[in-house]
Amino acid sequence: MTAQTRPAEEAERAERPPEGGRARRALRAVASANAVTLTVLAVVLALVLGAILIVLGNDRVLAEYGYFFAQPGTTLGDSWQIVTDAYGNLFRGAVFDPSALSGAIAGTNSWNLVFYPISETLTYTAPLIFTGLSVALAFRSGLFNIGGHGQVIFGCIGGALVGFALPLPPVLHLIAALLGAAVGGGLIGMIAGVLKARTGAHEVIVTIMLNNIAFWFLQWIITKPGVHNPARSDAISKDVLGSARLPGLGSGLRADLGVVLGVLAAAAVAWLLNRSTEGFELRAVGLNPDAARTAGMSVGRAYILAMTTAGALAGLGGGVIVLGPAVHLTGAVAGTVGFDGITVALLGRGKPWGVVASALLFGALHAGGNRMQQSSHVAIDLVTVVQAVIVIFIAAPALVTAIFRLRATRGVSASLAKGW
Amino acid sequence: MTTLTVYDTPRAKPATGFWTRDRKAGAVFLVLGVLATVLFTGLARSGAGARFVWGVSSVGAGISIPAKAGAAIFGVVCALCGAALLTGRAERWLRWLAGLALVTLVLSFLCWQVAGQAMPLGSMAQATVKAALPLVFGALCGVLCERSAVINVAIEGQLLTGAFMAALVGTVAASAWAGLVAAALGGVFIALLLAVLAIRYLVDQVVLGVVLNVLALGLTGFLFTQLMQQHGDKYNFPPTFPAWHIPGLASIPIIGPALFQSNIFGYLAIVLVIVVHFALFHTRWGLRTRAVGEHPTAADTVGINVRGTRYRNVLLGGVVAGIGGASLTIGDVGSFTNNMTNGRGFIALAALIFGRWSPIGATMAALLFGFTTALAGYLPLVGSTIPSEFLNMLPYAATIVAVAGLVGRVRAPAADGQPYVKG
Repeated sequence: MTAQTRPAEEAERAERPPEGGRARRALRAVASANAVTLTVLAVVLALVLGAILIVLGNDRVLAEYGYFFAQPGTTLGDSWQIVTDAYGNLFRGAVFDPSALSGAIAGTNSWNLVFYPISETLTYTAPLIFTGLSVALAFRSGLFNIGGHGQVIFGCIGGALVGFALPLPPVLHLIAALLGAAVGGGLIGMIAGVLKARTGAHEVIVTIMLNNIAFWFLQWIITKPGVHNPARSDAISKDVLGSARLPGLGSGLRADLGVVLGVLAAAAVAWLLNRSTEGFELRAVGLNPDAARTAGMSVGRAYILAMTTAGALAGLGGGVIVLGPAVHLTGAVAGTVGFDGITVALLGRGKPWGVVASALLFGALHAGGNRMQQSSHVAIDLVTVVQAVIVIFIAAPALVTAIFRLRATRGVSASLAKGW
Repeated sequence: MTTLTVYDTPRAKPATGFWTRDRKAGAVFLVLGVLATVLFTGLARSGAGARFVWGVSSVGAGISIPAKAGAAIFGVVCALCGAALLTGRAERWLRWLAGLALVTLVLSFLCWQVAGQAMPLGSMAQATVKAALPLVFGALCGVLCERSAVINVAIEGQLLTGAFMAALVGTVAASAWAGLVAAALGGVFIALLLAVLAIRYLVDQVVLGVVLNVLALGLTGFLFTQLMQQHGDKYNFPPTFPAWHIPGLASIPIIGPALFQSNIFGYLAIVLVIVVHFALFHTRWGLRTRAVGEHPTAADTVGINVRGTRYRNVLLGGVVAGIGGASLTIGDVGSFTNNMTNGRGFIALAALIFGRWSPIGATMAALLFGFTTALAGYLPLVGSTIPSEFLNMLPYAATIVAVAGLVGRVRAPAADGQPYVKG
């Protein structure tokens, strides 16, 4: 029986260099300028593709290409003009608007406008840090958490319920609401972890299904009495009480404490993974569950711990949304933050500080995308394309990136290597 | 030969001892049947009849079942099926008994819900098939990919791209047929990215699938907002396929309206299911595909081109999923809207897993999921107290139960998700 299967298995293993060696090489690759260059190139390539899309998506300029050879100068000039205009607004909406600064100096507009783009960027960054950390933590434990969306939704629900239904004194209320968000997300994450540990059900399938269950649960709960805002006829919940809202970082700006909490969470996850016993076990299980089991670690416990923590992190991301800019639950309160967490974690190569950096990039793209949509009439969906393309470019040279390390570690354990 | 499929010992051992698979299923159905008998009978309006009409409108020939008695009888039958399975002597009849138990459970539930009202079975069947159609195409795409061991989470993106391309090219070329071809090409575009990156560049297939979904959502969303929203008549007004009534067959009660009054997509789905099933299990191509999916090294040893087979199957899957996407635009509403697949690709994935990676099984699962959608649309019309949101959750919950092995365990092709490196 084994005689037939062994050679195949061994041949497959022989192709791969030993585990520790690859991990070290991957670490070296990440530490070297190589990864940085790769990321920068990926971003540039994605923006170039985005530029092509901007031209394709402009009806007027597209029509000019119909008689390109009659007036190539005009066509190319117009193309260049709409692309620079769009990307200029992307930058002005995400980082800094020179006209706002000169206006502030001249006294024609407030200084708030100068910080407005940064504030918007940080507002979109905050939940992305949490969902990115969630996916990254699960990655490092050898699990793929696609359930960020559902966990964010349950985090939103948990945070909002505590936020409007449980009157508490100011600071305590905020802490309780954040806890509610973490518990909401953590519980839904735990389901996937427990099923994986007990029955071997693949976490990808379970979390995809839980995403959709969470979606429908949200649609149901926001129309229920006690949750639904009686003053509104549409499906919308009551507002979170003022005592449970995240304090803003500047008056008149949307950025709030959420982004600070995100950075703290990144520090906590970095400590958990690199400095604590639990984190060591998680990484060991992620690299090679069989070896971890042989070494006396409980693989099942690690899976449950990883998925629960990942769920709680994503849940906090939901909390940061609903206790911050969103204020109440709607059917689409979670947006695409849960799925974006996957791209954030991949771009951040599964490292907490990498996640913070890539969340900042995607947050900036989102904030700038809003401005681009308003001022240049280029749909914000372009940002989604750019994100996806960046990650595809990052993932494509799979042999040299940490993502390959992740994939290959899955290859060692048979149960993980099966996609399902 | 079965040992060839075993790379490792599965983590969860198959149920042994007293709690075999049929006993577990039996226990579940027994409990559900008893619950149905007690609850649905108690809750059903007394003296009212539940009327089931054969046709597509709520008037016409049909049967009336007294609600209370119906709920009780069907509930008891379900419980009896469960009890029979629980004895452990009815293993041979597992499939039939479980099916009967499921059907009677649903009927018992319907007797309660429809009491005092009428349910047009013809239009229910029609709604079921309509909701199941994109799922069938999507799940067949999944069968083609995963039987050759390439995981396809990007079904959602392929459906979406197909739907978009059908609307765009269908409008520009003013031809539904051109739209259909473009939809297939759109599906192939995503499939090609999946195939090259997964098979050649060895990118993790699940990660890749998720990212490709994001890409498809972004691309179609961007072009929709930029072009279709502003110039709808120019880019988003495709001709649609007309329905073809097959004389005679179309007037069969219940299934006639569902199967034989549809447009090209309905007939295409029926043909595809049969073709894929036959090809997969009765042709050389199918044997090779399954060999590549279960044990690529062995397949390679006997001279099968592993990577070539995978490329071909993933691209074929792209064609099927793209056409499935087209069924949403040029086969139905006639225009594209942003994110119009709305998770159907993931339900197709669920149907694939629930149907145990087989074309017929996946189709049955898709029909089951389609039925829950149809029910979620129907129940509010008769003033039901069951929130339709929970009915919409059912497919997903059922899939979790299936993969967790609570009622029978599902197993993927052995090499699913593993890239093949010739050594």
